[in-house]
Amino acid sequence: MSENSIIEVGDLKAYYKTRHGDVKAVDDIGFFVKSNEIFGICGESGCGKSTLIKVLYGLIEPPLKVLSGHVSIDINDKKIFLKYNNDVNNIKKLWWNEMSYIPQSSMNLLNPTAKIEDQFIEILRKVDKRTTRGEAKKIVQKSFDALGLPREVLSSYPHQLSGGMRQRVVISMATILNPKIVYADEPTTALDVVVQRGILEMMRELQRKSNNTFVIVTHDMGIQYQISDRVMVMYAGKICEIGKTDKIFQTSTHPYTKLLIESLPRLGDKSERRSIKGAPPNLLAPPKGCRFHIRCPYATQECIEEEPPLVEILHEHYVACFHPLG
Amino acid sequence: MFSPSGVASEVMSMNYPLLETINLTKVFKMGGIFKGSSFRAVDNVNLKMEFNEPIILSIVGESGCGKTTLARLLLNVIQPTSGIIKFEGKEITKMKKKSEILEFKRKVQPIFQNPFESFNPLNTVSRYLYASALKLQIAKDKEEAKEIVNEALISVGLNPEVLDRKPHEFSGGELQRISIVRALIPKPKLLITDEPVSMLDASIRMSVINLFLKLKKESNTYFIYITHDLATAYYISDFVAIMFRGSIVEYGFAHDVLSDPLHPYTEMLLNSTPDISKKWTGRVILSGLELKEFESLGCKFWRRCPYASDKCKLTRPEMIEPKSNRMVACFRYQ
Amino acid sequence: MKNMKRSVINLRNFFLVLKSDVRLLIGVSILIVFIILGFILCHFSPYDPKRWGQVPRDVPPCWSYPLGTTSLGQDLFWLLTFALQNSLVLGITVAAVSTFTGVTLGLLAGYRGGYLDEITTFLSDVFIAIPSFPILVMLAALFLGRIHILMLALVLCLFNWPWPAKQVRSMMLSLRERVFIETAIFSGFGTIEIIFREIIPLISPWIFANFINTVLVAIGAEAGLATIGVSSLEEITLGTMIFWALRYQAMFMGHWWWIAVPVVTIIVLFIALFLIYLSISEIFSIGGFKK
Repeated sequence: MSENSIIEVGDLKAYYKTRHGDVKAVDDIGFFVKSNEIFGICGESGCGKSTLIKVLYGLIEPPLKVLSGHVSIDINDKKIFLKYNNDVNNIKKLWWNEMSYIPQSSMNLLNPTAKIEDQFIEILRKVDKRTTRGEAKKIVQKSFDALGLPREVLSSYPHQLSGGMRQRVVISMATILNPKIVYADEPTTALDVVVQRGILEMMRELQRKSNNTFVIVTHDMGIQYQISDRVMVMYAGKICEIGKTDKIFQTSTHPYTKLLIESLPRLGDKSERRSIKGAPPNLLAPPKGCRFHIRCPYATQECIEEEPPLVEILHEHYVACFHPLG
Repeated sequence: MFSPSGVASEVMSMNYPLLETINLTKVFKMGGIFKGSSFRAVDNVNLKMEFNEPIILSIVGESGCGKTTLARLLLNVIQPTSGIIKFEGKEITKMKKKSEILEFKRKVQPIFQNPFESFNPLNTVSRYLYASALKLQIAKDKEEAKEIVNEALISVGLNPEVLDRKPHEFSGGELQRISIVRALIPKPKLLITDEPVSMLDASIRMSVINLFLKLKKESNTYFIYITHDLATAYYISDFVAIMFRGSIVEYGFAHDVLSDPLHPYTEMLLNSTPDISKKWTGRVILSGLELKEFESLGCKFWRRCPYASDKCKLTRPEMIEPKSNRMVACFRYQ
Repeated sequence: MKNMKRSVINLRNFFLVLKSDVRLLIGVSILIVFIILGFILCHFSPYDPKRWGQVPRDVPPCWSYPLGTTSLGQDLFWLLTFALQNSLVLGITVAAVSTFTGVTLGLLAGYRGGYLDEITTFLSDVFIAIPSFPILVMLAALFLGRIHILMLALVLCLFNWPWPAKQVRSMMLSLRERVFIETAIFSGFGTIEIIFREIIPLISPWIFANFINTVLVAIGAEAGLATIGVSSLEEITLGTMIFWALRYQAMFMGHWWWIAVPVVTIIVLFIALFLIYLSISEIFSIGGFKK
């Protein structure tokens, strides 16, 4: 772990208990996130990234269950361990003022029957009961002005706003109390490419101004490239690689990362791109050994039998592979 | 009416364009009798596919720009409010005879965005595959249909055993391949694909895109590839049409449009695409309320355009050809 | 009828698998008991149910007359078997005819639109708005208190077709827009095939649940009307049993068994049908259509 890490995860296992068996969405992983960075988590559908975010934020509902492992957050130089027994109130206490969450669809957070203004006031007063309506209103107005959002949005209902505007409102809500950690799960899905860029840049600016930590989960490698400082690549519930974004995109060491990046089309380049053959495994019964070995062109006997551990091959660059490239 | 002049002059063997739309417009009415509003999803679109070898035409635009509505109009699933659509010289909205409609379905086939929505969750996929062979009169009887379907499945790398499964038993990638196989059974001339890979995992997207390229060469199939993703559009297309709020604003060879954009909106799209070859520079400014953009008197883009002038606010620019084989609707080039 | 029967037969497979639901188990068991009583046992009745004076009057439940006898000299047990049969037949007939009509009209109106849609919507709105009870009372008055059972069934059908018509129409309107319909169209399927093989399978659970509910409603309507004398009083139904019991003041005379038998039977039948309805509705709206 690093000295200035704000989130530390160790031996984390979180499964979905279904009648067909356990879906091993997050299967024994450990990593850390530094303070004052934008940390990206990427991977395809079913890799476990959304589940991981839910666990880190404390949004745990059956059939999801945290089986083992620890998650700790560094607040004001104090390490707080998140407890995942039946009562998650110890985590809920931290919502909005220490850590917040931007869901995939803004409509999952906004109340369709209340005005935007009132929703902000409700949150502010829930967190600190002493805040009056007037004070809350002023805080919101200041935040909107700083973010360049028009004030008329405050007196509107969610359905009167476009998807992009709603998502900007949600980001404002998530950052209004200056939390130390902001989790964003696919924050720009279904949004226009231009609006998407605006929103990502908005988040980056917020992070640079408040020096907090943003954790952005998205399968879109292009977004990771543009926005994240460090990236963690997940596959089938396991971590493949963690490192600085530029390093990962220039010379990735894990075969999955490399093949994935190579398959992405680039503007201005018509040379042939190839997919990775096969498909991600079923998390009810993931393969033995390295989860990627079936699709990996470099797999050996070792890869089929043993699971590669996550090792630090360069300073703060980790990879889980018996035959790392580059 | 546009079609790059250089290419049109090469047309030799065709008497009529494969596909042509003239002032195609679709207006949706929302709301009640008293306070209803209307919304021009497709606004005076003029397209012409007139090439003597198969090409892939991409229609690029963001969600809500009308591209899916355009696809449905071209497939004759919805009727235009005004304007004409001609396929191989015949107006498709006037098709009444069963034989005409059957012929159309054999020559034009769709591929939709979400493979799980493309099939009825209660029925096996074989039902649609066999039907496409039998009902579209590709096969004479069940035996022949079975052969054709099996062959088609094998050619895309699928095992014919999959036939008796229901949609939810497949992965997204497999099911989309089955959609493609189904659409190919009648050996269509034109495949209209609406965001065919946006719901697939990144690691398998390219295999479907490469399949399209293979089909273009080997089966002589034309494609209309509708997408919001400029990167795949660049990779796969010969021609690109950029759509904004219901209108086509730029058109030309893919390489030209995407490396040397003429229309300011195309520029903005290119700058905002999170491409992994170049990091973003500068900043983008977001608009306040977007619905207004559909109803502008003048150019629909003037509110966000860095080059807008008063003329842009009041008059709608026409499509012109400032350079050879490049069409654009913008006053900057007049 | 055919399409509905086919859907029902498909659902029979579900019953075997779904006996894991307690409500369904209870409901179906009770229904089976009543069906046996009403359709099988009734043939073994030693008495002609319509004749009076067959047995000693006003005998409380005992060994020779398990449910007691009426003031008219009828054995309540055997009377019940006939009443069950008639009430069930009435209920099922009304449910079948009105569901079939409503569903057919709803499907056509939803898929085709146009004139048919406008007429269907108008008529169904009219019939939903008019309360059926006063109309029935008015009809009874017209017929001087004697409605033929078929007439009653017809009127009940008239008031029960609009609901499925409206519901099916709106389901059809939304299903029609679904992408897989376009796949079916481009696979070469015609309108009729699409309605039967794409749309109906998706709404058949709803149709079945509605059918069960309508049986319940029809039996209840008849019982309620009969109680106040607005039914076919020569026929033996659960409702007319109550009517005659009230007419002969069974409660005041202390012959509680005469009124208890039909009332309890109706309540139990309702509960059984409702449990089945609830169970089917829940199973098919949660978790989709996994077998």
